[in-house]
Amino acid sequence: MSEALLDVRLSVNGVVHDLRLPARRLLSDALRHDLGLTGTHVGCEHGVCGACTVLADGRAVRACLMFAVSAVGLELTTVEGLADGDGTLSNVQQAFVECHGLQCGFCTPGFLTTITAGLRENPHPTHEEARDMIAGNLCRCTGYQNIVKAVERAAELGSHERAEGS
Amino acid sequence: MKPAPFDYVRPGSLADALAALSDDPGAKVLAGGQSLVPLLSMRLAAPSTLVDINGLPGLDGVEVTDDGVRVGALARHADVLAHDEAARVQPLLRLALSHVAHPTIRNRGTTVGSIVHADAAAEMPVVLTLLGGSVEVAGPSGTRTVPADELYVGPLESSLAHDEIATSAFFPALAPGARVAFAEIARRHGDYALVGAAALVEGGTVRVGYVSVNDVPVVVDLTGVPVEQMADAALAQLEPAGDIHATADYRAQLVRVLTERVVREATADE
Ligand SMILES: Cc1cc2nc3c(=O)[nH]c(=O)nc-3n(C[C@H](O)[C@H](O)[C@H](O)COP(=O)(O)OP(=O)(O)OC[C@H]3O[C@@H](n4cnc5c(N)ncnc54)[C@H](O)[C@@H]3O)c2cc1C
Ligand code: FES
Ligand code: FES
Repeated sequence: MSEALLDVRLSVNGVVHDLRLPARRLLSDALRHDLGLTGTHVGCEHGVCGACTVLADGRAVRACLMFAVSAVGLELTTVEGLADGDGTLSNVQQAFVECHGLQCGFCTPGFLTTITAGLRENPHPTHEEARDMIAGNLCRCTGYQNIVKAVERAAELGSHERAEGS
Repeated sequence: MKPAPFDYVRPGSLADALAALSDDPGAKVLAGGQSLVPLLSMRLAAPSTLVDINGLPGLDGVEVTDDGVRVGALARHADVLAHDEAARVQPLLRLALSHVAHPTIRNRGTTVGSIVHADAAAEMPVVLTLLGGSVEVAGPSGTRTVPADELYVGPLESSLAHDEIATSAFFPALAPGARVAFAEIARRHGDYALVGAAALVEGGTVRVGYVSVNDVPVVVDLTGVPVEQMADAALAQLEPAGDIHATADYRAQLVRVLTERVVREATADE
């Protein structure tokens, strides 16, 4: 009952939050329950499904395999932080719309964050690399084909942008 | 489920981290958390204190010399995998690391954490054993070097004491003329291997290490055995076990296939 609370400062999507949390609060729960950022989904809670994937200093990580206290000092990006301030979808989000990359949408936040980081590292994936990029995320609906297409479409949108110099 | 309550400390020095471990016999080290946090969430482990070593300075490096590759305790799998010099000096590192979990797990999980976690289904303990590497360990009475063949004492059990911290692992360089190969069969690339095999062919010796076959990392010496008979020779020294992922017979069959595959690859004309 009298579990000790720690001061935890989290920086999420560019906003700094000061929280008082028990040490055992998973980062996924801190985002959802304490900050109300319910875009980060929780499926398996042991690292297997990828629904909880967020970016920490730009790298994709499982929010369910980190404690919020250990995320201090990291710049976190959740699915809520992918679109522009005015609501313009990111390339990856736009590609999911165009390619019908989701059905129920439960897995989608984890795919969007994973692919966002993946394309930053490898902006021109081959078909095989596009498949590999999402191999750590589970989807029970789509059968993955349209998600792979969305990876390739997002890469294409990215190259157009670079060609236009924006 | 959620983890049971624990005290949390994030020391800023190795001395403080060692002191925190000595202070509480129920304390555990938290590195990348990619193996430990699931165990806590499933309540298979309930340490009274977590000593988070992610704030310790100077442990995130990958140092490469002609002698080999030294991987610091906070170097993530992804850092080691991306290190071109490390891959040049010891190619087996990259060959094996590309099979360790998915990129998202590799971004956080540490190679040293995987080595001391001592899972027989993990690639890097076998790699360290096959290469004759070692782990540098700090404890209350100073530091010691533990050779890989003294590190694994039982399933998920290393010879580290509860109050010790592994600060780095050392993978010897590939000797001139020596060759390595790695292959594994998994349901999906990135899942734990049903069986994995790593070969080291060096100055007339042939040794093969196996992932997910015995309940500890295991290396078999196949020097002088004709390639067609190697799988039988290996199986005579192995104890493939059945579990929900594969039957013992299927594992034995994978040992046959992979032994020949990695040995042929490591001895093929270049
Ligand atoms: C979905 C998923 C798939 C995975 N697939 C694979 C796979 O295919 N192959 C594979 O090898 N691994 C796999 N892993 C595990 C991953 O490689 C882990 O990163 C690794 O096993 C542990 O490293 P860590 O830094 O995360 O350690 P932690 O989880 O933090 O710690 C693991 C254990 O080691 C101890 N420990 C850690 N570091 C030290 C240290 N420096 N000194 C003393 N004790 C220490 C901890 O106390 C704990 O008992 C997978 C994990 C997940 C979640
Ligand atoms: S909820 Fe984190 S990986 Fe499934
Ligand atoms: S769209 Fe339903 S789980 Fe992926």
